[in-house]
Amino acid sequence: MTQIIWNGLFVGSFYALVALGYSMVYGIMKLLNFAHGDLYMLGAFIGFALLTSFSGFTATLSLVALLVVLLLSMVGTGLAGVAIERIAYRPLRSAPRLSLLITAVGASFALEYGMRIIAGPNPQVYPVRLGGSSVHVLGARIGVAQLVLIGVAIALMVTLNAMVMRSRQGRAMRAIALDPVAARLMGVDVNRVIAQAFFIGSALAGAAGVMAGSYYGSINFLMGFIIGLKAFTAAVIGGIGSFKGAMLGGVVLGLLESFGTHFLGGQWRDVFAFAFLILFLTVRPTGLLGERVTERV
Amino acid sequence: MTTTKTAKPPNPPTGGGLGNAAKTVLRSRWIGPIGLLIGAIAPILIATPYAMNVMTSALIFVMLAVGLNIVVGQCGLLDLGYAAFFAVGAYTSGILATRLHWPLLATIPAVIVVTVLAGIVVGGPTLRLRSDYLAIVTLGFGEIIRVTANNLSITGGPEGIYGIPSLSVGGVDLSNSVVFYYVVLAIVACAVLGANRLIRSRLGRAWRFIREDEDAAEAMGVHTYRVKMAAYIAGAVWGGLAGVLFGAQLSAISPASFTFLQSALVLMAVVLGGMGSTPGVVIGALFVTMLPEALRGLSDYRYFAFGALLIIVMVLRPQGLWPARTRETARTARRSATFDGEVRIR
Repeated sequence: MTQIIWNGLFVGSFYALVALGYSMVYGIMKLLNFAHGDLYMLGAFIGFALLTSFSGFTATLSLVALLVVLLLSMVGTGLAGVAIERIAYRPLRSAPRLSLLITAVGASFALEYGMRIIAGPNPQVYPVRLGGSSVHVLGARIGVAQLVLIGVAIALMVTLNAMVMRSRQGRAMRAIALDPVAARLMGVDVNRVIAQAFFIGSALAGAAGVMAGSYYGSINFLMGFIIGLKAFTAAVIGGIGSFKGAMLGGVVLGLLESFGTHFLGGQWRDVFAFAFLILFLTVRPTGLLGERVTERV
Repeated sequence: MTTTKTAKPPNPPTGGGLGNAAKTVLRSRWIGPIGLLIGAIAPILIATPYAMNVMTSALIFVMLAVGLNIVVGQCGLLDLGYAAFFAVGAYTSGILATRLHWPLLATIPAVIVVTVLAGIVVGGPTLRLRSDYLAIVTLGFGEIIRVTANNLSITGGPEGIYGIPSLSVGGVDLSNSVVFYYVVLAIVACAVLGANRLIRSRLGRAWRFIREDEDAAEAMGVHTYRVKMAAYIAGAVWGGLAGVLFGAQLSAISPASFTFLQSALVLMAVVLGGMGSTPGVVIGALFVTMLPEALRGLSDYRYFAFGALLIIVMVLRPQGLWPARTRETARTARRSATFDGEVRIR
């Protein structure tokens, strides 16, 4: 039982990291960034490329090297996110929502199959594998690496939350989420702040990608698709646009899946998650912590 | 919209005689019969098994695209799991035909019933949601159907169902590739015509009204939930029937045919063709199926190019390559464009 809960919390922390970026972009732009899951994939591949090119160091300093690689991958995916926003989303910011969603699907395709051209269709084996020692807590076997990864995830989330709630940029983001036109009138550089939000959200997804790669050991160009869906599900469960909601939703989804896998078997895990999403939306469309969205006319 | 764009009417006349000529042809009322004629002549010109196969697949794809066009193009509901209905139709008829040995024709009523149910099941709880949620939920629904088909024993698991009989009417076998092509051509032509009649009906007007402004439609007394549901069910039935044809053509189906990729390709056809315009969507579907065949050597770049093309078309021509004909006068078009600009700077 403890093992199931622990596995759920662990997977949930990945979902929460990706869901945060989803929620952030949605909160500010009201755009479902379909390419978000693929930025997670991109992060995993950037981390893979860095780790293979520095394989001499990683043999000795695996955890420290991994953290450095993690940071570099975050910068890389963050810049990629900003580029996507600039090329595919910004020109359509005043267009109907449907066109914007379709460009997001296009961006997702371009990332997935662009990576397929670069890295080939076969899964790649991650050079750093976090297995190793484990500790026993209340009958559950918990890897030290798992603890470190959860620690990193929590640190990233706390930092983000502090940034959005306390810093100047965070205030600007919240202002744009509330009313972009008024924010612009008040002197907020809307384009810059949106680019920043994309950078941060994409960087978090990239971090989750590197962590997942080093934990599961294998990456492929389609790995972002399903996690994008899951992260959205998590964001919706928590209440899309709310930061605490995204974190809570990720953990809840992780736990649900963990129990679902235990009782129904692994092959039904995704069915379980999406069926839950559909049911959940009919009962509570605004999520656990979401506010009632008022239609702006 | 930016100020420069607001000044323009939605369909600015493109320069060049070729563009205008193409537009005249596309807007002529003879476009349907001409297209049918070209489809009918094609096997006489080229009748290799490969060509027949490609052309039949293209026709089935046209049917899918026309069905999705009702949902996305007319009603503005983004469905990213359209392949689910395709799969539901193909599997329903495949299971009935192979397990219970029904003739394929007899499975069609069952397919219609099951796809309508599928449309209600997924649409019922979700159509009250706004576009983004609906998009993701349909995507999730598509995955649910695919994974379910992959794991159940009645659907044959990952291997799928094989040995599906071809179409036959009253004991006359229609499995010859040219004969089958003509049968599919006739069915798809009816489907396109049927979709077009629906679009021009009172219901079709309600769909477009919802696409343009759901709140206004509601305020004007359109029962938006019911009308959206009608669009969803119509799309589901079209997709399901295309699934029957697909099973009959290949005689085997497997979950690999019903991935998100398939849904995205149909969406691509609708968007490229011009959302809401039937001739545009038909041409878009033919384009999406024929072009990869023409560019077989580029297979690795194919889907990358698709993604890039989606972005480029949306950025440069948000209405699609062959947009729907609007009957608005220039003056109302200009006014609604300005109105658009005022509301949508959000």
